[in-house]
Amino acid sequence: MITFDHTCKSYDGTPAITDLNLHIAQGELVVLLGPSGSGKSTALKMINRMVDHDGGRILLNSEEIYSFNVQDLRRRMGYAIQSVGLFPHWTVARNIATVPTLLGWDAARVQARVTELLQLLDMAPEQYASRYPHQLSGGQQQRVGVARALAADPDVLLMDEPFGALDPVTRATLQLELKRIHRATGKTIVLVTHDIDEALLLATRIVLLNHGRIAQVGTPLELLQQPASDFVADFMGRADLGLKQLSLRPIAPLMQALQGATPPHAIADTATVREAISQMAALGVSCLGVINPSGTVLGKVSAADLLEARHG
Amino acid sequence: MDTRPERWNPVLALCMALALGAAWGLPFVRVAPNRLLSGEPVFLWQWLPGTSAWVAAALALGLGVLCLALVQAHRRAVQVAVALVLSAALAALWLVAGHHASSVSLAGQADNPLVRTSLGAGFWTLAALAWMAALDAVARLQLKTLPRLLLRSALFVPLLLSLSAGQDLSIAKEYANHSDVFGPAILRHLQIVLLAIAPAVAIGVPLAWRMTRAPRLREMLLPVLNVIQTIPSIALFGLLMAPLAWLAVQAPMLGRLGISGAGLAPAVLALLLYALLPIVRSALAGLEQVPVATVTAARAMGMTPRQVLWHVELPLALPVLLIGLRTAVVQTTGLAAVTALVGAGGLGSIMFDGLFSAANELVMLGVIPIVLLALLADHFFKALGTLLEKPAA
Repeated sequence: MITFDHTCKSYDGTPAITDLNLHIAQGELVVLLGPSGSGKSTALKMINRMVDHDGGRILLNSEEIYSFNVQDLRRRMGYAIQSVGLFPHWTVARNIATVPTLLGWDAARVQARVTELLQLLDMAPEQYASRYPHQLSGGQQQRVGVARALAADPDVLLMDEPFGALDPVTRATLQLELKRIHRATGKTIVLVTHDIDEALLLATRIVLLNHGRIAQVGTPLELLQQPASDFVADFMGRADLGLKQLSLRPIAPLMQALQGATPPHAIADTATVREAISQMAALGVSCLGVINPSGTVLGKVSAADLLEARHG
Repeated sequence: MDTRPERWNPVLALCMALALGAAWGLPFVRVAPNRLLSGEPVFLWQWLPGTSAWVAAALALGLGVLCLALVQAHRRAVQVAVALVLSAALAALWLVAGHHASSVSLAGQADNPLVRTSLGAGFWTLAALAWMAALDAVARLQLKTLPRLLLRSALFVPLLLSLSAGQDLSIAKEYANHSDVFGPAILRHLQIVLLAIAPAVAIGVPLAWRMTRAPRLREMLLPVLNVIQTIPSIALFGLLMAPLAWLAVQAPMLGRLGISGAGLAPAVLALLLYALLPIVRSALAGLEQVPVATVTAARAMGMTPRQVLWHVELPLALPVLLIGLRTAVVQTTGLAAVTALVGAGGLGSIMFDGLFSAANELVMLGVIPIVLLALLADHFFKALGTLLEKPAA
């Protein structure tokens, strides 16, 4: 889908990206992760030419992106940024309709798409379509920002720290929404963040950048279990590496059948091992019941099982 | 806004005190045997003994309302009553002056048909005070912009309805004598303003847009525009006359288009230069307050630079731009009076006719429409600005 081929970029002689080689396949959710100044945002912006690369190539479906008209290229890619950048003089509906309108869709099709997207992002169309951005909360604005980015059904969705300015609760909700949308639409998503937990939660693959070069590429688990360098281990949180891995594991496979009495405390069957261990520590117990959303007890998990199964 | 409104109204008190002084000490009208003599002063209080019971009752009622308003300024009903009383007072001043003029000319018809009753300093002062106090009353109602502007304009309705009662006043006679040039003068005035403002917008807005992209251009041009603003208008007309005259001689084609050292060309050019600063400044301020993220998003959505300008930057800059445009139009309407000196015509020519022949009424006849035009333009742009703000409310 997108290929960086020996791509370079420098600002006034200072290299921002050096010899970047990366292939992003259709349907991936790639997270560009790294400290400030690592070039992750530059790498993202080069894809839709908000920043132009000055060495190597960037290919979209095997075609150099410079071969497209820049506006056409951008209209094929959704773009969401931390500051959202909604048009304050337009309603929510018109904001979402931006790219479809630029592409010349007829009014009925635009209208239908706006309604569909508002529903996808869990915002009642009749309630929100005619509002103005300043009448929305920060979280709602970012929802509209994401809807706007998805409006013309783009090949790729580019997101530059989209949840960085939100409070933790709203951020967590929107992260889960994005995960759901990714699963539901199968879109290729490239997301920039410096938040490791966000990367671990969302990414199918993480690209960890440092000083404009790739430090490591891999699945979240690979980065935690086999850090390629001291930098990677440090950045991923050396002391917490084990705990972070636990957050990638669901408890469901480690559940055991109930024998004897039901444990006095229970946890949802969708929880991660990290959540289960945390709850045990908080309650001072070593065993929890596992329940499904309707409250039926399915089995139990014990601390020993959860911790020993690490390499299983 | 959330503090409780004051009960005591110092503005009204000051206006009333000044009005009392003006009614007592300044001549309300002057009666002269002809147009050029300054005439005998007639004071308002001289008519007091002869007023009818009805007039006295109306006067007492009006004064009663005003006195009540002095100490009950927080009541909206009182402010409405004050506005009504003062609006009626504006008309009454005119009616009284007109009535006196009619009786004088009726009495004087036999021996001196040239007798003139002109409005005195007392009349003008009282009218101005009544208007100011009325504006204060309207402001205290704390209305939204549109109703406030409408109400302000409505203050003049009683006066306009009673205009014909003043037909024997000197100012009405001056109007009758100049009625043939009056209409064309207004049109010419509007023409001058329009010819200066339209190109100033057409040049100023793109210039400001360029300046947001090219800081060097901004550093070079803004000081120049500032300096132009400090040149006295008459000096600027003079400065422009020589090169334009030279240009008209060198290129006869331009001459045939009406470009010459005197008349419309230097006037419009000078006013355009003056209007440029407020327009460029406000357009610049407007464009600069457009959030960077919004423009970034617009570009990233795939808008062309032209689409970014028309769909995002200009609409978001417009409210601020309108403020500058309002300043420019009001300023140009006033300055256009001076262009009569280089032969551009307009209401200024009536004003200068009056000045040079020492006929004060004629001066007022030129000045009042200029003030009204400027007020009208001011109200128009304020209303427009309010209408544009609606989505953001």
